[in-house]
Amino acid sequence: MNGAEFTAPSVEYSLILPLLVVFGAAVVGVLVEAFAPRRLRLPVQIALSLTALLTAFVVTVLVGLNLEERGDGRARGAITLEGAIAVDGPSIFLWGLVLLLSSASVLLFAERRLEGGVTAFAGQAAALPGTDAEREASSKGLEQTEVFPLMLFAVGGMMLFLASNDLLTLFVALEILSLPLYLLCGLARRRRLLSQEAALKYFMLGAFSSGFFVYGIALVYGYAGSMNFADISTAISGRIGGDALLLGGIALISVGLLFKVGAAPFHAWTPDVYQGAPTAVTAFMAACTKVAAFGALLRLFYVAFGGARVDWEPMIWIVAILTMVVGSVLALTQTDVKRMLAYSSIAHAGFILVGFVGAQQLGDLGPGQLSSLEAVMFYLVTYGFMTLGAFAVVTVVRDSGGEATDLSRWAGLGKESPMVAGVFAVFLLGMAGIPLTSGFIGKWAVFSSALSAGAWPLVVVGVLMSAVAAFFYIRVIVLMYFSDPVGEGPSVATPSVLTTIVIAVGFAATVALGIVPGPVLDLAAAAGEFIR
Amino acid sequence: MTVTMLTNALLVSTAGATEPPVVEPAAADGALSLLWLVIALPALGAAVLLLAGRRSDSWGHLLGTATVAGSFLVSLVSFIALLGRDEGDRSVGQHLWTWFEVGLDGRVFSADLALLYDPLSALFLLLITGVGALIHVYSIGYMALDPRRRRFFGYLNLFIAAMLVLVLSDGYLGLFLGWEGVGLASYLLIGFFQHKPSAAAAAKKAFVVNRVGDVGMVLALALIIATFGTVSFAGISAASSQVGEGTLTAIGFLLLLAACGKSAQVPLQSWLLDAMEGPTPVSALIHAATMVTAGVYLVVRSNFIFENAEIAQTGVVVVGTVTLLWGAVIGCAKDDIKKVLAGSTMSQIGYMMLAAGLGVAGYAYAIFHLLTHGFFKANMFLGAGSVMHGMNDEVDMRRYGALRAAMPITFATFALGYLAIIGFPGFSGFWSKDRIIETALAENWVVGVAALIGAGVTAFYMTRLMLMTFFGEKRWADEVHPHESPKVMTTPLIVLAALSVVGGVLILGNWLKDWLTPVVGKAEPHDLPVPVIVITIAITLVVAVGVALAWFLVGRREVPRTAPTDVSFVTRAARADLYGDAVNEGLFMRPGQRLTRGLGTFDHSVVDGTVRGTAGTFMASSSLFRRMQNGYVRSYALSLLAGALLVMVALLVVTIA
Repeated sequence: MNGAEFTAPSVEYSLILPLLVVFGAAVVGVLVEAFAPRRLRLPVQIALSLTALLTAFVVTVLVGLNLEERGDGRARGAITLEGAIAVDGPSIFLWGLVLLLSSASVLLFAERRLEGGVTAFAGQAAALPGTDAEREASSKGLEQTEVFPLMLFAVGGMMLFLASNDLLTLFVALEILSLPLYLLCGLARRRRLLSQEAALKYFMLGAFSSGFFVYGIALVYGYAGSMNFADISTAISGRIGGDALLLGGIALISVGLLFKVGAAPFHAWTPDVYQGAPTAVTAFMAACTKVAAFGALLRLFYVAFGGARVDWEPMIWIVAILTMVVGSVLALTQTDVKRMLAYSSIAHAGFILVGFVGAQQLGDLGPGQLSSLEAVMFYLVTYGFMTLGAFAVVTVVRDSGGEATDLSRWAGLGKESPMVAGVFAVFLLGMAGIPLTSGFIGKWAVFSSALSAGAWPLVVVGVLMSAVAAFFYIRVIVLMYFSDPVGEGPSVATPSVLTTIVIAVGFAATVALGIVPGPVLDLAAAAGEFIR
Repeated sequence: MTVTMLTNALLVSTAGATEPPVVEPAAADGALSLLWLVIALPALGAAVLLLAGRRSDSWGHLLGTATVAGSFLVSLVSFIALLGRDEGDRSVGQHLWTWFEVGLDGRVFSADLALLYDPLSALFLLLITGVGALIHVYSIGYMALDPRRRRFFGYLNLFIAAMLVLVLSDGYLGLFLGWEGVGLASYLLIGFFQHKPSAAAAAKKAFVVNRVGDVGMVLALALIIATFGTVSFAGISAASSQVGEGTLTAIGFLLLLAACGKSAQVPLQSWLLDAMEGPTPVSALIHAATMVTAGVYLVVRSNFIFENAEIAQTGVVVVGTVTLLWGAVIGCAKDDIKKVLAGSTMSQIGYMMLAAGLGVAGYAYAIFHLLTHGFFKANMFLGAGSVMHGMNDEVDMRRYGALRAAMPITFATFALGYLAIIGFPGFSGFWSKDRIIETALAENWVVGVAALIGAGVTAFYMTRLMLMTFFGEKRWADEVHPHESPKVMTTPLIVLAALSVVGGVLILGNWLKDWLTPVVGKAEPHDLPVPVIVITIAITLVVAVGVALAWFLVGRREVPRTAPTDVSFVTRAARADLYGDAVNEGLFMRPGQRLTRGLGTFDHSVVDGTVRGTAGTFMASSSLFRRMQNGYVRSYALSLLAGALLVMVALLVVTIA
């Protein structure tokens, strides 16, 4: 009984209640797997996940309404768990967004009509592809219901990730969100080898990038002598001139984060993984991971490394330009709709990075200008719903081999199913940033934010690349409406109400935010700044 | 020398006029907070009818009519609520939402969508929804046999919603939104019988000619934003007196160009006659009662610009005067009943434009004539539709004759509309046209005399139409069996006929003038060269001469079943729409086509070459990059490492440099 006396950390449970709800439900989900009879598992898991996520959303809203003002009133919230988690306006905004997007993803996960009564996940993930065990699993109609607790863990990890206020929590959260995703990627019912290959690639490259990330943490700790963002910020503001230890640390930590957002040149995994993973997982990953990773990136760079902005800004410029160019240009020659959307998501990451270098201090802004945080958060809302909706549409365009992801199979879809083609066209126009869709306002927000910080060359590249990107989005529309179907042509399966809801919500958000973006922009403005 | 004299003679003096009132809307409350419903109802109707598809075929027309009727009720309630307010308090604003805001040079430009409900828009609301609802009812019968009736009602609802946006917006941006919306609806409806090449061509023509006007609108909008930093009527009316006259003149002329396009005024008049290819209810609603009067609305609404831009105001007078004669002359020579009415519409809108150009003295009368014209012209168009309905869609008046017995209700209602338009004493048109001519004479005798002559010509061609259609010998073919239309069609006719007769009450005790004073300012009493009664008698005499002339030239003679070809030069010119199309073709279309061909070649070789080259470069680099995506984890890991190095170098170089 010797050694230092243990002091219990002070925890404001009320503030982190949304996290507790999600993680708690995930643990309960594991127990359901162990104890509930097989035929009850799926409905119980669906109900549990959906209830947990929506409850967490309500709790998030309540927490958000009761945040205390701090300092000069530009930030609200508190840092809890001994400085590990910051619950502030941006955290609440992005938590809410992640929870809404993941609730919609649960609906996609639970869709069973499209595969003829089973989910899109492998019946028994452990059965090797092409063996008797696999055939038996599928003839018995087995379901791998663990996907739901896995997903809840990932959501919890994402929420923790974007609210982390020290480097260690950041790293732990990164792993919590990544590990379930690696697994989920490998669970496709069809094209299992492709799916497993994607999972393994994602895992190996993710592990590799985590290595850089941890190394970076070590360097920054060596420089600042603390893991805490506020302490790091103090250390940076006291320095004279550059310091190799700090700069090396920033560089390596950014590698880990930029890998997660899928920025070039750390994007190589994105197309392969997006294509191989079950489309529902791709939708979830594309929408939610990006929100979480950008939340974490912004907090880390603004709060901890804010004092070294002159040092890291050129690096972000280079990465942003590379990302926009690689995403837009490579999307031009894609022949698979999922890969095309993957490159499109890379390009979007580049556009968000443009907003990232905008003016961040509210005091620096003129009347009517947006801070970069507001712009990025708004963009994430528009991007999240468009992406989710677009991937949901991909799940309903099918042929005998499952989803018809090859673009040539989409020719003539406008005649086959005007409704589905029309909705998809709206998503594509939104991604291209055509006025009266949310994508236009999103692009306008990040570009104008960057412009107000004087980053006009970035904006020029951004606009040029938007034009390139518009080419391949419009090409798909042309394909759907003005080309004759090849062979039998595509067929559109009628999904259950679950997928229909997701598509409808995505569509409504894309159109509504294009016409009435005010309320969401106001909400983003009300979120204020990060607390320090 | 003579030119300067003419200019001087035409220059309307507004010296000493009071400043135009500033728009200061109060927040909407009570019944007026439901204002948005006026637009939302028909918009919802259009959305349901156009999106629900064939499922709504059986009840679509009823829903479409119900939404407009509901809209009319809300307009009526709002109007009553507005009547109950004090005179200075009758301008009500409702902010719906902010589309976006832009910070620019320390100023905030805010693109708001907000409504402005004031005495002017209140009248338009009643006209649009009231006449609109009647025409919807009429269309139930008129389009009964058309398989695409539901779509027709969807477009009509779309039109009503867009027109309401136009007149309810609190600024030029929203007005422009509605402006384009009605343009779209008009295009869709003119070309509704899309299987007819002539209808498709007419729709295209209307669209293209309107585009010329819309260029004026867009440029005006841009100039307004650059000058005032806002698009709201409130902001502009407050600042307009501080802005230089040159700028305001430019804005005024651009707005006038826009108004010419939408209201079919010379020189952008050519599309209206062709637009008669659309179903007749469309001609009544869009191309007579409402949409084509949007130009007049624009000028009256922009009084705070025109009052400070004297030259642009004179431009409005010139355009109005030329058009009122132009349309009337065309109306005299046409044999197609709808084209006569279209020429007449053009001419009557010319009267309104003329009045609007006269400034404070004329604004109220422009709106007065707009309202009465909305009643009697809609009445007569629907009557023409009723005639066509009973005559197997025949439009040539030379194949009519003696129809008064076959369709008594149509005849009676049409006759009331006829008496109203020629200005028969006591009928609505008498009061409204009389006031315009009076004011014109007081302000400037040249335009006054022109307006007086126009009244005579109007009487001539309308009498000719009446005689050829309802009187004389029957000239229709044997297989045609003229009959009265069903009740669902004649009821709207009766209501509109009643309004055509009594519409004049609006001016009793100068009610309309006082009602509009908060919007357009108080008119100073004008000095007439002769007593009012003399002018009234003169007008009535001129009208009587026109009627008598028609009686001697048409009523007393045999009307040949085919149009005679050995006619005077004037008739030939009028039959050819006074060569409006020929001028357009020679001046714009042919050179335009040559220019297009030249540009096409340039585009093909130079622009396309560049674009293709660029696209090719991108494609080639895309294929090149794509090879790096080879699927091997080891190369991906290598690229990651390279990226890490790049990031590291980027950070270090900045610090060292």
